[in-house]
Amino acid sequence: MNKIAALVVTLMVGGFLFYSTASFPKWGDPNQPASIHVSPRYIEKTLAETKVPNAVTSVLADYRGYDTMFETSVIFTAGIAVMMLLRRSR
Amino acid sequence: MTEFLISKYNYWIYVILIMIGFYGMMAKNNLMKKLIGMNIFQWSIILFYISIGSKKGGTVPVIDPSLHPAIRAIDYINPLPHVLMLTAIVVGVATTGIALTLLILVYRKYGTLEEDEILEALKK
Amino acid sequence: MVRVLDDVVIRTVSRILVPFMQIYSLYVFVHGHGSPGGGFQGGCIMAASFILLAVAFDLREAKKRIKERTNAIFCALGVFIYAGTGYLSFLYSGNFLDYGKLSNLLPTDPVKARYYGMAMIELGVQITVMAVMFSIFLDLVTAGKHEEMLEEEE
Repeated sequence: MNKIAALVVTLMVGGFLFYSTASFPKWGDPNQPASIHVSPRYIEKTLAETKVPNAVTSVLADYRGYDTMFETSVIFTAGIAVMMLLRRSR
Repeated sequence: MTEFLISKYNYWIYVILIMIGFYGMMAKNNLMKKLIGMNIFQWSIILFYISIGSKKGGTVPVIDPSLHPAIRAIDYINPLPHVLMLTAIVVGVATTGIALTLLILVYRKYGTLEEDEILEALKK
Repeated sequence: MVRVLDDVVIRTVSRILVPFMQIYSLYVFVHGHGSPGGGFQGGCIMAASFILLAVAFDLREAKKRIKERTNAIFCALGVFIYAGTGYLSFLYSGNFLDYGKLSNLLPTDPVKARYYGMAMIELGVQITVMAVMFSIFLDLVTAGKHEEMLEEEE
């Protein structure tokens, strides 16, 4: 694909993304939809239900422990895949 | 108009990074440069998600144990995007490792990393 | 080929730095509950200490410290520790990864047992991340041919 066509497509995609930032919430708004549904419950209950003051660790290891387990298995699979693709036995 | 420009300038920086990565993936000829374009694209998406979770006047989400009953969620920034992006960073490292392995195998078989020479060798 | 650097400053400084990096990675892992840190961050720093040893010295020195067979066992040991902690709560009629039921095993109350369950799984994550990062680095640097790269001396 030559470079002029790539530049035109990139500018079109960039234009659409710029147009869609008009409907995003303001930077640092406390009432945006990402911060009002389940994350106040995590912040308020993390010291009472698990005695861990760090909210990030308690969400990562306790409230969302399944995601961390499968992500550990993803990086294990990547290590095995690189071993199998590259090492040759003599 | 000025208020619109100033309040959302962080999203524009990420859109510019997305455009740089996207152009690099499409227009460059060398396979290694395409891979670096994909990496720039991926990291700009991670930065975008992290910038969503900030709150004006909030602090680091490590809760002071001395004020136990009176914790308000408005004092601390949102920990959820940070947690999800930790997983995304590790998956990105795994993807980059495997992509570099595939590049080594392509180089062993064809002797070059330029895209047009590989396509010509494939047609024969 | 993997060249051998013979620069006195780099060798001396990296010889001093590597033990401090490993202690710092354990510090970051243990303080994951009270300040920013945790399993992933500590694992990456410990892998970086081995990679510094491999870059500043010969590759053979890094492989003397931790052999490839031990590294491959560490890759699987971390995932085993993580899933094993999840299965342990089956014995006490709880759900998978329910650390509150571990209070029947450890002598604490159910709220504090969640604290200790989190520490156990972070240990598993650290071991796996360290071993996989070092293994991917070794495979990519030597392009698979470990024994050939080590035999040729210049």
